[in-house]
Amino acid sequence: MKKVAVIGVGITKFGELWNSSLRSLTIEAGTKALSDAGIPGEEVDALYTGCMTGDMFVKQGHISSLIADYGGLLPVPSTRVESACASGGLALRQGFITILSGVADIVVVGGVEKMTDALGSQTTGYLASAADQEWESFNGATFPSLYALMAKRHMYEYGTTEEQLGLVAVKNHYNGSLNPNAHFPFKISLEKVMGSTLVADPLRLFHCSPVSDGAACVILASEEKAKELRDDPIWIRSSGQASGAIGIYDREDICTIDSTVNAAKSAYKMAGVTHRDIDFAEVHDCFTIAEIINIEDLGFFKKGEGGKAVEDGITSLDGELPINPSGGLKSKGHPVGATGVAQVVEVVTQLRGKAGKRQVKDAEIGLSQNIGGSGGTAVVHIFSR
Amino acid sequence: MSVPRFWREIPYRYRLIGSYCEKCNETFFPPREICPRCRRSGDIKDIKLEEEGEIFSYTVIRTAPPEFDVQTPYAIALIKLKNGPLIMSQLTDCEMDDVKIGKKVRMVFRKISEDGEAGIINYGYKFVLAE
Ligand SMILES: [Zn+2]
Repeated sequence: MKKVAVIGVGITKFGELWNSSLRSLTIEAGTKALSDAGIPGEEVDALYTGCMTGDMFVKQGHISSLIADYGGLLPVPSTRVESACASGGLALRQGFITILSGVADIVVVGGVEKMTDALGSQTTGYLASAADQEWESFNGATFPSLYALMAKRHMYEYGTTEEQLGLVAVKNHYNGSLNPNAHFPFKISLEKVMGSTLVADPLRLFHCSPVSDGAACVILASEEKAKELRDDPIWIRSSGQASGAIGIYDREDICTIDSTVNAAKSAYKMAGVTHRDIDFAEVHDCFTIAEIINIEDLGFFKKGEGGKAVEDGITSLDGELPINPSGGLKSKGHPVGATGVAQVVEVVTQLRGKAGKRQVKDAEIGLSQNIGGSGGTAVVHIFSR
Repeated sequence: MSVPRFWREIPYRYRLIGSYCEKCNETFFPPREICPRCRRSGDIKDIKLEEEGEIFSYTVIRTAPPEFDVQTPYAIALIKLKNGPLIMSQLTDCEMDDVKIGKKVRMVFRKISEDGEAGIINYGYKFVLAE
């Protein structure tokens, strides 16, 4: 089978970036990635951009053309990919498939979200559009409340504690404090998490990822091109994607995100590895409970034992299986469409051994997992040196 | 939003009408045209669901979108209907401290939200504690 490599990565600072627009963020990340790959724009065959809510947050549709145009890449074919918070991960998968298909040798995959141009009161509603509008949002369900429903049930069935949820935030903030691009690059204490304002019980403000601006970009290449351009390409060993019910009321089990289980199954099979071969992972911790559910669904821990694993330090930076060395969505920030691509930027940086103070020891195989909505979409990628 | 967007769902939201697949002997809510179990081959019919159930999971929302601002804080729950599916609903007329997983609830008809001062008023089901 053909192989696809990541030959360049670029990311902006994440945060409230008042001076940056949707287009300027994307172009900053793209320019960094192209220069990391050491190629000029002329070599690019296709462009994919993950963006969830440009239409709402900045009222900009037709993002495909905008990015190709202002990125100086005309007339390269450009496609915008939307699948809520999984937009970035799906954009990556489209790039991967495009190279496997043989129609392109070099593909630029970007992800962006400009969220702070909207008013805070509008933001909750815009994000709720990833849920079932008619049968969840209509009844007043917000995004945090959907994950709160999962958390309450997880606590009820498995004895997961508020402390364990809090420790996910503490761990990810510690990792994020070592990441200069993080939105909140500082440590927080468990007391601070547990004393923060309730958003939707049991989830508090510090259990939630922030509303951030930011962009990320990766350059993909065919095997031949990758070997010609770099002596340290990072290989995309596999890509798995699956759909699940859009509403949590229709899930087989609200403590399991079956789209993740299915996407992971495909990804492990295609890469010819098992969860035991994974050295570290970037997972979709939009809320602390999500990280606990994700590390169970990916097969790393038995259902119900994710919280304990966090408490035991297994998922810490110096633990057996570091989870979210970048700081995760929680501390690094969650510019929705950028997230899935930013995860890949981190995995590649770790596999290159260039992650500085947050470097995972002996990182050879890494995994990224990106979720849309409350689990309606999941995408898993596996990478190796 | 236009008015038809809301009146087309009225039977389901006012009277708790779901779908029933004769082949799979399973009920669904909200209604579906295709059975998610047997895909296309089922024979889907409307069915009136029971108006009683129990709390499967719940949360109290303290930060809400503008349409729900006046009701904040409010509880939403996943409710396992008697002989039926899980449905999402608000809980109303209850002390938040009394809400627990496993408690019995029953349906009531209430105002759900208001689209500003002159906009559409949406009605539908909510649930109250039955014990
Ligand atoms: Zn059926």
